[in-house]
Amino acid sequence: MPHTIASRCGPQTRAPEQRPSPNPIGLGRSLCSLPGFASTGNTAADLDTPTDSLPPARVELESIDAAHAVLRLVGDWTVNSTRRPEPTLAASVRSDAEIGFDLAAVSAWDSTLIAWLFTLVANCKVRKINFQLTSLPDGVRNLLELAQAVPEHIDATPFGPPAGWVTRIGLALSRGWEAAQNITTFIGECALAVAALIRGRAQFRRADLLLFMQEAGAEALPINLLISFLVGLILAFVGAVQLEQFGASIYVANLVAVAMVREMGCIMSGIIMCGRTGAAYAAQLGTMKVNQEIDAFRTFQFNPIGFLVLPRMIALFLMMPILTLFSNLAGIAGGVLIGIGMLDLTFLEYWHQTVGSLTFNHCVAGFMKSFVFGLIVAITGCYNGMRCPNNAAGVGQATTTAVVAGITAIVVADAVFAVLFNIFKI
Amino acid sequence: MAGPPHIELKNVELAYGDFVVMRDITAQVPRGQVFVIMGGSGCGKSTLLWNMIGLRQPPKGDILYDGRSLPAAEPAEREAIKRKFGVLFQGGGLWSSMTLAENIALPLTEHTDLPADEIERLIHLKLALVGLQGFEDFYPSQISGGMMKRAGLARAMALDPEILFFDEPSAGLDPVTSRRLDDLILHLRDNLGTTVVMVTHELDSIFAVADQAIFLDNVSRTVTAAGNPRELLRNTDDPAVRAFLTRGGQRTPAPAL
Repeated sequence: MPHTIASRCGPQTRAPEQRPSPNPIGLGRSLCSLPGFASTGNTAADLDTPTDSLPPARVELESIDAAHAVLRLVGDWTVNSTRRPEPTLAASVRSDAEIGFDLAAVSAWDSTLIAWLFTLVANCKVRKINFQLTSLPDGVRNLLELAQAVPEHIDATPFGPPAGWVTRIGLALSRGWEAAQNITTFIGECALAVAALIRGRAQFRRADLLLFMQEAGAEALPINLLISFLVGLILAFVGAVQLEQFGASIYVANLVAVAMVREMGCIMSGIIMCGRTGAAYAAQLGTMKVNQEIDAFRTFQFNPIGFLVLPRMIALFLMMPILTLFSNLAGIAGGVLIGIGMLDLTFLEYWHQTVGSLTFNHCVAGFMKSFVFGLIVAITGCYNGMRCPNNAAGVGQATTTAVVAGITAIVVADAVFAVLFNIFKI
Repeated sequence: MAGPPHIELKNVELAYGDFVVMRDITAQVPRGQVFVIMGGSGCGKSTLLWNMIGLRQPPKGDILYDGRSLPAAEPAEREAIKRKFGVLFQGGGLWSSMTLAENIALPLTEHTDLPADEIERLIHLKLALVGLQGFEDFYPSQISGGMMKRAGLARAMALDPEILFFDEPSAGLDPVTSRRLDDLILHLRDNLGTTVVMVTHELDSIFAVADQAIFLDNVSRTVTAAGNPRELLRNTDDPAVRAFLTRGGQRTPAPAL
């Protein structure tokens, strides 16, 4: 039952009517529970009582003389009652007026009453209206005074004033420059960690490396095989439909073999590993940063790059070519299925055509790229994880950025390789 | 006050799988009291709190609110009982993707029909009550740990709960802030009649705010002491309780108020 306050307002007040508590969500009940106030109890039945019959919350301003007035609040001031009036005083009230309160006719109240009074006092502050809080019942006054105890924090907004477009362009450029510096620093630190590894002064635990290799290798193999098999199948199918028109269906084998080995094998592995392992690295390192685990490494003189990033990088660098090899084989297997099933080729025919179409350069091109893609996935994943903001939303953001940046970087790098291979005739 | 106690624990057992942490926890909390659950680390204090909030189901025993059992309640009734709870989590538990104002606004918009301007007034009030007026548009990551805890309390108070649950409210707070939080708890009890259930092992807090406390004993796995902590300190014969309340014997048995 909402708090009834009449008995706290002295003998001049009148008692409110007793009524069952219409209170669908339990709000306002807490206010009734002062010792000495009757409670109708909190039974399940009163949870569905309709609220239409509540006396509406009203305000009456009664002038005593030119400088004194009483603000009389009437009705039900709980969360269940209808809209309350605006918490302002009429402009006719003199700026140095003394306003007292009379809450005797309030049948029930909860935080909404205090919130209303709080806003009223704040709104009338500039008008220097003098509210006599002592005329409020104790419970209301205490809470109001508590709310007013700490002045509003106004000196800083979290985001600062909105910036003009020149400022925004400048900020974006300086952020871009900063990001370029950060990622360069990060790659530099990784290079130093690799140098330390070569000098035999690596700090990470061997078990970690083996675990990461298992996660990025054997555990990633099934999905890699499945996707590559289907990609090979699709390539072969699209090729078969076209080449069959020219009676050149045997060249499906060339198409699939060259496309898989040169491009699709490493790109598909790269993209799968970016979504699977790069995202996992960003989330792991991001969560570790939020938990201050990375700071803990620093305080024990461990280089977090060497301890956390390096083993992940090595694992992907070593596993990606192996995944690519399996991916190539799976893609070719997909081609074989179409060749035998749709084009009535024999396995041997298909196999000889495949072997004949692949040159050493095709294989070198594909494998060179796979090493680079492995590094790209590791670096985007770890970089974003290590730079994650210290909160839950930040971890999600870091993971998203890791995957988006990783896939973009893989495709861009592939384009760069295409140009380079063309120049060097690989 | 007539009628059943506000909260009643009846032979509650706490367990993780087959491992029984505590058994036979019995207590009655009248309306408007501060009830403290004390005990050493790992004795199941927080587990008891999770059971009382309904996040876990006790394997044995019953937890009654105004005579209605929470574990046995049908989903709709359970919702109704739980609506009257406000919970302050150890780290504040604020939703990090929302501003402080949005954190408090969410339960208000979901569970009431209030118009937007009234919700805004309530948000201002609740933040002002915990001394965070003007921080409405800050994200949890932009404020300090103590402020996050206070903002968590503002959110817990959003729906004017009848019962406030606190999990280690003083953990990670400086003594002054912790004292202010104690004062705020007493303020809520005195002015709003809120019943408070608190898990803590901060002795100063316990002596300052508790009307009633139970001591969960690690060794015997049950409640070994119950009552007002100041009286417990004077009267108890149990060495574990005495050691707890005197910080292992360092504290003089007559704490200053």
